[in-house]
Amino acid sequence: MTKAVTQISNDQVWHWLSEVPDPEIPVVSITDLGIVREVAWEDQTLVVTVTPTYSGCPATAMISLDIEQALRAHGVDKLRLERRLSPPWTSDWIGMEAREKLRVYGIAPPVGKAMVHGGVAARIERRTGVSDPRLSCPRCSSEETEKISQFGSTPCKASYRCRSCLEPFEHFKCI
Amino acid sequence: MTEAGANRPALLEFLLRTGDNTLILGHRVSEWCGHAPVIEEDIALANTALDLVGQTQLWLGLAGDFEGKGRSADDLAYQRDTHEFRNALLVERPNGDYGATLMRQFLFDAWHYLLLTELTRSSEIRVAEIAAKALKEVSYHLDRSTDLVIRLGDGTAESHLRMQDALDDLWSYAGELFVADAFDEQLAAGGVAPNPSSLAPRWEEIVRGVLAEAALVPPSGVYIHKGGKRGVHTEHLGHLLAEMQFLQRAYPNASW
Repeated sequence: MTKAVTQISNDQVWHWLSEVPDPEIPVVSITDLGIVREVAWEDQTLVVTVTPTYSGCPATAMISLDIEQALRAHGVDKLRLERRLSPPWTSDWIGMEAREKLRVYGIAPPVGKAMVHGGVAARIERRTGVSDPRLSCPRCSSEETEKISQFGSTPCKASYRCRSCLEPFEHFKCI
Repeated sequence: MTEAGANRPALLEFLLRTGDNTLILGHRVSEWCGHAPVIEEDIALANTALDLVGQTQLWLGLAGDFEGKGRSADDLAYQRDTHEFRNALLVERPNGDYGATLMRQFLFDAWHYLLLTELTRSSEIRVAEIAAKALKEVSYHLDRSTDLVIRLGDGTAESHLRMQDALDDLWSYAGELFVADAFDEQLAAGGVAPNPSSLAPRWEEIVRGVLAEAALVPPSGVYIHKGGKRGVHTEHLGHLLAEMQFLQRAYPNASW
């Protein structure tokens, strides 16, 4: 693990990766979403570790390809991508700045901490009245919104509508 | 691979069962794509299928690793015959009407949720990691199917009737999920996976609670259809595989 003199710094690699947009929600980058877990060098080979958001997310292969293309374009010749499952991806890794970018783009960002487990488990185990977090409409900010479906146009989103401005919108699920 | 030596055959069997359950149900659910009653449901079904097929990649990928014959998840999915599949009979049941599809999903989701919860504590770390990932997704599946079973069971006379019919038909296929064999007992002893029978009490509690809220009554004292776990399937699986495997059968090893 010795660093060669000519080696590119990890910070530089992270910066390049922060310019790779998510293929399905291009307003945020793959580092905004927390998909890139680690950047390291093994001798002269750059190893980038990524984690999938959802097991079946069809964007996963595209993201790997985009990472490879971006880094090769910056002159990285020796490159290996690794997949890491644990700890499993969580929407908690999406920072405040990226959440704001999502909102401006028209997607209601995750609210607070992921509690799928607690929340969903509590609902199932006798539906104790734990309700979904209150969401603001990303267009008019009204809190008069309702869930249409837990699923949306991509695995990571749910479908909502605003009862004030009547527009449908999507919500980036908390998991 | 720590304790893999002695446990390897049992672990391989378990990974095939788990991956085949998600594969076959995922394929069944995907058959609705473009046919669901409303677009939100079409999207929800497609997403559910996608999650299940994604989980299949992980389970069968690990099965291929343990098998050590160089078979990938795709090889296992597309190049095995009916008798080599280890899924429970429940998941190969035809879709039927929307009520039957949802009831099958609900009965499966409740079991799947409990299984994965236990597997997150597996002594085999790679199993625990996949379980932790899948559990997040399956929590959403169970939440959705629970809601819909209640809404349709306790809905109109027509929707109630269809949900009750679905329950009467599918109930006798759920029992297989809880029947343990020698492989299961070996893995339970090694802390790799729970004994399937140990999941039954919680499953009954969750399922009967939701069914009561849905004004649906499970049939009493019915026969348990079983065999899928050891490769003895109903005629429905062959038809499903004929479609799912067509391309790899017609053009072996085709890729694009």
